Amino acid sequence: MKTVKRTIGIMALAATMVLTVSCKDGNKNESTAPMSSEMHQESMDDKKDMAMNDNQDAKAEAILKDYFNLKDALVGDDNGKAKELGNTLAQSLKSFDASNYSDNEKSELNDIIEDATEHAEHISESDIKHQREHFKILSKDVTDMVAITGTQVKLYEQYCPMYDGGTAWLSKEENVLNPYYGSSMLRCGKVQREIN
Amino acid sequence: MKFLKIIAWLALVALIVIQFFPITLNESDAVPQSDFMVENQVPATIKNQLQVSCYDCHSNNTDYPWYSKIQPAAWYLEDHIQAGKDELNFNEWDTYSSRRKNSKLRSIIKQIESGEMPMDSYTLIHRDAILSDEDKRMIIDYITALKDSLE
Repeated sequence: MKTVKRTIGIMALAATMVLTVSCKDGNKNESTAPMSSEMHQESMDDKKDMAMNDNQDAKAEAILKDYFNLKDALVGDDNGKAKELGNTLAQSLKSFDASNYSDNEKSELNDIIEDATEHAEHISESDIKHQREHFKILSKDVTDMVAITGTQVKLYEQYCPMYDGGTAWLSKEENVLNPYYGSSMLRCGKVQREIN
Repeated sequence: MKFLKIIAWLALVALIVIQFFPITLNESDAVPQSDFMVENQVPATIKNQLQVSCYDCHSNNTDYPWYSKIQPAAWYLEDHIQAGKDELNFNEWDTYSSRRKNSKLRSIIKQIESGEMPMDSYTLIHRDAILSDEDKRMIIDYITALKDSLE
């Protein structure tokens, strides 16, 4: 009997505490302005210095390399590897710094990088169907990036009319290996443009 | 038996203690100029449906359910809302570049089509947030048209 009483006592105490706290919560609706999570530190000084430029080119090439590795994983229907490589690509994208480009190019590049990073991050945590959906937009982002940064490598823009109303991607080889279908339709597509 | 009792007491104490950890409420009276509805001429039915089905986690203003006052439910909600806003915040629509708007619209279409959004864990309690096939078709048609107009 004594235990029961004690239990009821504690329960009542708990209920009081819950109520007290919830009242306090109710008054607490300041400071809900959007946190500055979207703020970017893109205000690095414009150093027109060749070393930096080379460095930037290297970063763009690194992004391309990660993109091609990711593409190969999707061609191979390898969900786990694509996750890993999506993460690698996201890291390379984050370390890209557009400060050496003209204002117009800079804002375009920052925009591309932000979008591409989001898609790469999603690829790092999705099943293969989703990975391919994100890879479609990622491919457009990377293509647009290359249009600004340029690259040493010869690229082939390939196109498959069947996937999602027609979808493109980039490859280092002329030979078509489809990352959107993998083994189920490996050869679907054609080269629609050569870059370099 | 005594051992079990101790565990039960510890659990109860822990439950009480965590009630003292408040969360930051996601509430705001003002609808900013950058809001999706302000930016686009959204038909009333779709507007209402988006408000009910999406805005709790994808805007700066959540209509909290009663259990949001109790931990650990409050933490669970806080996490979900933060994740939702990171992905897409309708209140900040106009701050997105057209590239990102396109990406977001595409994801909205895909996720409504596949039924991933609104999430099951949300519609479990918010029954009015469930989208009928007709609702889905209407929203998808509208979002698709909006996306095409941006391209």
